[in-house]
Amino acid sequence: MMEVCNCIEPQWPADELLMKYQYISDFFIAVAYFSIPLELIYFVKKSAVFPYRWVLVQFGAFIVLCGATHLINLWTFTTHSRTVALVMTTAKVLTAVVSCATALMLVHIIPDLLSVKTRELFLKNKAAELDREMGLIRTQEETGRHVRMLTHEIRSTLDRHTILKTTLVELGRTLALEECALWMPTRTGLELQLSYTLRQQHPVEYTVPIQLPVINQVFGTSRAVKISPNSPVARLRPVSGKYLLGEVVAVRVPLLHLSNFQINDWPELSTKRYALMVLMLPSDSARQWHVHELELVEVVADQVAVALSHAAILEESMRARDLLMEQNVALDIARREAETAIRARNDFLAVMNHEMRTPMHAIIALSSLLQETELTPEQRLMVETVLKSSSLLATLMNDVLDLSRLEDGSLQLELGTFNLHTLFREVLNLIKPIAVVKKLPITLNLAPDLPEFVVGDEKRLMQIILNIVGNAVKFSKQGSISVTALVTKSDNRAPPDFFVVPTGSHFYLRVKVKDLGAGINPQDIPKLFTKFAQTQSLATRSSGGSGLGLAISKRFVNLMEGNIWIESEGVGKGCTAIFDVKLGISNESKQSGIPKVPANPQHVNFAGLKVLVMDENGVSRMVTKGLLVHLGCEVTTVSSSEECLRVVSHEHRVVFMDVCTPGVENYQIALRIHEKFTKRHQRPLLVALTGNTDKSTKERCMSFGLDGVLLKPVSLDNMRNVLSDLLEHRVLYEAM
Amino acid sequence: MDTLVAQLQRQFRDYTISLYHQGFLDDQFTELKKLQDECSPDFVAEVVSLFFEDCEKLIGNMARALDQTGNVDFSLVGSSVHQLKGSSSSVGAKRVKGLCVTFKECCDSQSFEGCVRCLQQVDIEYKSLKAKLQDLFNLEQQIVQAGGRIPQVDI
Repeated sequence: MMEVCNCIEPQWPADELLMKYQYISDFFIAVAYFSIPLELIYFVKKSAVFPYRWVLVQFGAFIVLCGATHLINLWTFTTHSRTVALVMTTAKVLTAVVSCATALMLVHIIPDLLSVKTRELFLKNKAAELDREMGLIRTQEETGRHVRMLTHEIRSTLDRHTILKTTLVELGRTLALEECALWMPTRTGLELQLSYTLRQQHPVEYTVPIQLPVINQVFGTSRAVKISPNSPVARLRPVSGKYLLGEVVAVRVPLLHLSNFQINDWPELSTKRYALMVLMLPSDSARQWHVHELELVEVVADQVAVALSHAAILEESMRARDLLMEQNVALDIARREAETAIRARNDFLAVMNHEMRTPMHAIIALSSLLQETELTPEQRLMVETVLKSSSLLATLMNDVLDLSRLEDGSLQLELGTFNLHTLFREVLNLIKPIAVVKKLPITLNLAPDLPEFVVGDEKRLMQIILNIVGNAVKFSKQGSISVTALVTKSDNRAPPDFFVVPTGSHFYLRVKVKDLGAGINPQDIPKLFTKFAQTQSLATRSSGGSGLGLAISKRFVNLMEGNIWIESEGVGKGCTAIFDVKLGISNESKQSGIPKVPANPQHVNFAGLKVLVMDENGVSRMVTKGLLVHLGCEVTTVSSSEECLRVVSHEHRVVFMDVCTPGVENYQIALRIHEKFTKRHQRPLLVALTGNTDKSTKERCMSFGLDGVLLKPVSLDNMRNVLSDLLEHRVLYEAM
Repeated sequence: MDTLVAQLQRQFRDYTISLYHQGFLDDQFTELKKLQDECSPDFVAEVVSLFFEDCEKLIGNMARALDQTGNVDFSLVGSSVHQLKGSSSSVGAKRVKGLCVTFKECCDSQSFEGCVRCLQQVDIEYKSLKAKLQDLFNLEQQIVQAGGRIPQVDI
């Protein structure tokens, strides 16, 4: 461009200078006027958002026309043609129109533009607010996450220490604490003891009294409370020169007692014990406790309480279970010891049973044999005493063995069919000798409706009756003894807890043994049936016996589904022993009274057996002789009683005498033979051969001292059986 | 074509069975048979012959007692009958024994006609039994002579 010189003197004329300046300015204005719209267009094209394009176009047009005006102005400085003037006028007119339109347009636009600005400000504020809120939510969510994690950690274990330790660790981590501590109440409840800390591995165990105001303040509310860092509960470490201790917060942790832990009814926390949790922010950090952090702490404290109570329950149940296991083990040991003891006792009893019975049997057997030999009276007395004592001992052994088996419950009744009437008579026969010596008459009354053949344990029933009757004889000094047996009906007197119901094939036998002897004090009656107990009177104590008799009898009676009791009106007034037992009724009316005739007789070897046959009838004498000879006996025959008496000797083991001939003389011979042979072992066995074996014949034979009755004619097998039986048992009552 | 022994044996068997079935003999006779062995080979024969002797004697006694008309000693007769009964039951003479029972009743009731009648019957009976048993023993001997064995007859 033209250089503007700084010389002031005009090289040109002055008005030419002015014109030149105008000329230059117009030129620059035109350039600016033309470049501004270009710039506008360029930038508007660049930004697509500008909403007022029409305005820009207007503006552009306005500027262009102004520029054009000024440009054209350049030619008006010199003389110009009419065309130029026309163009100039047109340009000016256009410019005027456009500028007026623009001015009018701006009136509309500018308020809009201004309001845009306000909206922008408003939005910015809103955005800032939202930012703030989002920050809050994020923090809360984080807190919640921390709590969940903490809770999970805490509740994942049931061990109390782990729970508490984990709590402190997690809290420390989450909240970035400097120190975290837990104070637990002592057993007395008067002090708080520092139990757990976060940083210190082995905290110094010191206590603070529970009644401090700061502690009361914390315990009084369920919220986390800010406390002073200088309070005793917060001063956990020696102050290490920090200038500003971090803020401290404390919260209570309720300790729920097991006994108060009810599912449906949460207990009032005010009466319960609390632990104290103290949390300290790092010193010199200028951090503050935020609300959400406090809430976190409270939630955690509650969770810890729950976890602790669960742990307490678990501890309790584990303890109970351990206790039970211990007891179980102890019981098991005791049971095994008891079993061992029982086994040992059974072994001992079995051994004793066998080992002691063998010599006992030898003693008894040999003493009996000794009794059969010739003895002086003193010797006989001694032998009898030996026999009596050893029998007593054998009975005692049996009693003890029976009793232990009875108590074990291992004793079983041996059921069989037997003759009840015979049983009673046998018992009486056994007792009679002693009773006769003591001059006590015994009577037996059997009820007419008493069945003859019954099913039951014959041996044990006899034992019971013997025991009771024996006691009656033992304890009576004078008076008589009566034994009554009857079929009992339900309306008879019985102890109130016992009901008698006779069923079809069974009946209840009642036996009453009444004596007029010493009697028993009614108070002692319950003791009678206990083992080894004896009534204390001196007279009875000397009579021996183990005291087991009644106890055993009671157990046998119980086994037979019966009952036994004793009635007495007092000392010296005698007593009555009564027992009921259940027996079965036998269907067989015809029961052999013989001890079983074995199918294979044991005693087949009759070789050389010396027998005597007395028969007046030659034929039958011959037949009988043939029979006996065939069996191997050495037979002597006689045909009359006198001859028989003459011939019979101790060598003859059996004498068969025919008693068919009517007349009593035949039986007399039996008596004569009895007289002839005073010693029992020498006397031959006497068997009557008769044509009929009705009851009267049998009874007559018995009364004359015959050992057996045979029905003529005798078959070979019969004779064989009879002989073997006779020689084995020394008695024979019937053979058909 | 039976041998002689077999024939005889069959005869013997049939005869024995018929005796039992007709009631001449009973089980007691079987028992007697059992008593016969090597030690006493003729036991049955001996007993039976003794029996018949006894019969003869007793019947004679009874006849004599019953002949005392007007003064019959029924107790004597009764005791003889008793004896006879015992003997016959010892050998298994069933019919004789049965007659003795009846005879005994007549004696007890002291019926003279009854006793006489019974005596006659007993006499007949024992004689017929004697003849039959004789036949049986002859058969046995024939078998033995023919070299055979006397068969065991199970009734």
